[in-house]
Amino acid sequence: MNKNQSAADPKTMTHPQDTTQNSRAIKIETMQRERLSTRIEDEKIALEVDNLNLFYSAKQALKGINLQIPENKVTAFIGPSGCGKSTLLRCFNRMNDLIEDCRVDGQIRLGDKNIFDRDVDVALLRRRVGMVFQKPNPFPKSIYENVAYGLRLAGGPQKRRDLDETVEWALKGAALWDEVKDRLDDSALGLSGGQQQRLIIARAIAVHPEVILLDEPCSALDPISTLKVEELINELKRDYTIVMVTHNMQQAARVSDYTAFMYVGDLVEYGNTDKIFTSPSKKQTEDYITGRYG
Amino acid sequence: MQDARSVRAYMKSGQPYVWLTAGAIAASIIITVALLLLTMARGVAHFWPADLVLASYQAPHAQAQPVLAEFRSSEEVTSARLKNAGLPVDEAQDFYERILLKIGNRDLGGVDFRYVISDWLVDRSTPADAVVWERLEWGNLHGFLQSVQFDGRTIEGDEAWERYRQAQKRASALRHKIERIEKKEIGRINYQMEQLRLSERRLEIDGLSRADVPEPYLALDARRQELDQSYALLSEERARLYRALGRDSLIARTASGQEVSMPLSKLVTGYRPNDMNLLDKVLHWFGKLWEFVSEDPREANTEGGIFPAIFGTVMMVLLMSVFVTPFGILAALYLREYAKQGAVTRAIRIAVNNLAGVPSIVYGMFGLGFFVYFLGGNLDRLFYPEAGPAPVFGTPGILWSSLTLALLTLPVVIVATEEGLARIPRSVREASLALGATKAETLWRVVLPMASPAMMTGLILAIARAAGEVAPLMLVGVVKLAPSLALDGNAPFLHLDRKFMHLGFHIYDVGFQSPNVEAARPLVYATSFLLVLVIILLNMTAISIRNRLRERYRALEH
Repeated sequence: MNKNQSAADPKTMTHPQDTTQNSRAIKIETMQRERLSTRIEDEKIALEVDNLNLFYSAKQALKGINLQIPENKVTAFIGPSGCGKSTLLRCFNRMNDLIEDCRVDGQIRLGDKNIFDRDVDVALLRRRVGMVFQKPNPFPKSIYENVAYGLRLAGGPQKRRDLDETVEWALKGAALWDEVKDRLDDSALGLSGGQQQRLIIARAIAVHPEVILLDEPCSALDPISTLKVEELINELKRDYTIVMVTHNMQQAARVSDYTAFMYVGDLVEYGNTDKIFTSPSKKQTEDYITGRYG
Repeated sequence: MQDARSVRAYMKSGQPYVWLTAGAIAASIIITVALLLLTMARGVAHFWPADLVLASYQAPHAQAQPVLAEFRSSEEVTSARLKNAGLPVDEAQDFYERILLKIGNRDLGGVDFRYVISDWLVDRSTPADAVVWERLEWGNLHGFLQSVQFDGRTIEGDEAWERYRQAQKRASALRHKIERIEKKEIGRINYQMEQLRLSERRLEIDGLSRADVPEPYLALDARRQELDQSYALLSEERARLYRALGRDSLIARTASGQEVSMPLSKLVTGYRPNDMNLLDKVLHWFGKLWEFVSEDPREANTEGGIFPAIFGTVMMVLLMSVFVTPFGILAALYLREYAKQGAVTRAIRIAVNNLAGVPSIVYGMFGLGFFVYFLGGNLDRLFYPEAGPAPVFGTPGILWSSLTLALLTLPVVIVATEEGLARIPRSVREASLALGATKAETLWRVVLPMASPAMMTGLILAIARAAGEVAPLMLVGVVKLAPSLALDGNAPFLHLDRKFMHLGFHIYDVGFQSPNVEAARPLVYATSFLLVLVIILLNMTAISIRNRLRERYRALEH
């Protein structure tokens, strides 16, 4: 955990303008202590994956996955490239529907409803399960319009004043408000990478989803922006169930409550993050975590 | 040995290819610039007031002829050629300089241009009082002012020129007034009378005879009476103006001493080029240039301006853009976004690309057969039975021309739009879908705006191609002389059934169909230059719109 601490060390990493680093870094550590004792059996379950198989034409990418995602917790998927963790993540809001020749069997239950049922409205599902992508992908519109995009689609508050309020709330929720409140009408493409990624998070939470999927949200960011996004994830789990994919094991250890290790389409091990990282029960998991392969 | 190696090393260094490629681009630029400069120099110089030279043309063994002429061009010609042409040249001298003179006075001599041998043109002078008169008919008159009939008085001598200038100004103003009355006001009355006639015919076709239902007929009659009255007023006014215009006249003396009487109503303007200083000449040049771009043509298009052709070209291109853009974009959208990619879409794509290679005259034939005869004919049968047997839409016109060219440029727009759609990053589409947008919403709100610069590129290419097309237009709507523009003050303002003039066709017409080749030649250059200018201007507009869109929807840079 040495590396982890140096990354969060306020002395070496603090952004000159940011004075709240110190307190937040401490909070992360207390949370790490808190979670030691949690067990998946005690959690309320938000998403339940039941014997999920996924095929890209003939190739099987997910093999009989069974998994329970707890509510208001951060669940991280780790594993080497091509192990299927992003594929699994993209099942939760059915983004895999967009890929030709992609076939799924098994169930994913959100609440009590299987999201693969015929009568599920995919647009509605995606409003309940928001997603943040690997690279920040803002629309070439203003900051304001980016956040309001989902709201306008949802046909929610259309009056300018109601929209304003929700946009402000979402930007505050994504810890971006103070940086952009004076230039909401500027193009979102003028923001830095880290700001863009927080804008994407604001855009996702603006429609009040229940679950937020993060697909390697920090892989394109510098360390300072990464830290900010990680802090944000910690904040967000109070209101949302968060599922994230990461390549960075330190990140998984820092921010997640539960960790799933996947390998070539199999879910190898799943459980409390601290347990996975300190005393994995499978040899494969240990090899991966200690850097022997992957 | 040493040499061969160094040559190989030089080839390997890539330097020759840099030179080769740079040479290619330099050649293209030089050719383009030369083309523009040539058309500009040949065309625009035509409006510069050239000196009038008074001289005596003394061919051997012939009587001397006085000439008063502008020098147009000169060339070296072998004496053998001149001898073959029947000229009594001295064969000891190898070359003669031959000059093209604009002598004017076509009504007197039958021709207004002639070639002379420079050596035989003697006693040259440029008298300050030599005058060029531009006339409504018969081209220019070259001569000296003898006397002016001004308001019943005959004025001679020094005062005459000043008087003439006054009288000319008055006459020009009067003629403009008459023109306005004839073209605008009487034109409007004629248009409305025609509409009344059509309404009446319509009533008859609908089976409402005057005897059964007199009311609508009476209303029409009343309206017609009103129009007749205002027509009577206008024609009285016109007659009065014509009388006033006919008041003054002048007598001019040509170089050969012949006296010509000219009513001022037949003259456009008169000037003394030898007496003008540089500023006068520059002003005169700008005036002529303005007249060229702003006025209607005269004298079988060899005099006057080309405004209707400019207007027709621009309007046809704009109409074409209005048709081709939405159509091309929709087609590209379906092909790229909705259609299942496979053998069929590939075949369609190949077909679309090949459409761009079909000769344009074939589109013209298609336009004539399908749009004009089939569509137009049926439209006439359905909606304009009262106009029969005269066709309304069943005849070539600007609507069919722009539709034909829209068809011609459709492949360009489709291909460009498809490329634009393909370039939109997947991540942005996914972002929209992940927020709960349907495919249609994603297309409409994100993909289409981001692809708009590519659509503009397609439109730019389409405009560049359409504005220069002439061949298909000759079949579907362009004419040598259109009596009225397709856009005017008579409701419904936009007359898509009308024929129109086009710069490209104008070039062809003036260059090849003109009765007066020498007079037409500079106009061909000037019109060509203007056509290029118009196309550049249209393109620049589209490009600036595209750049603005590009700035707005700058592709994500990572």
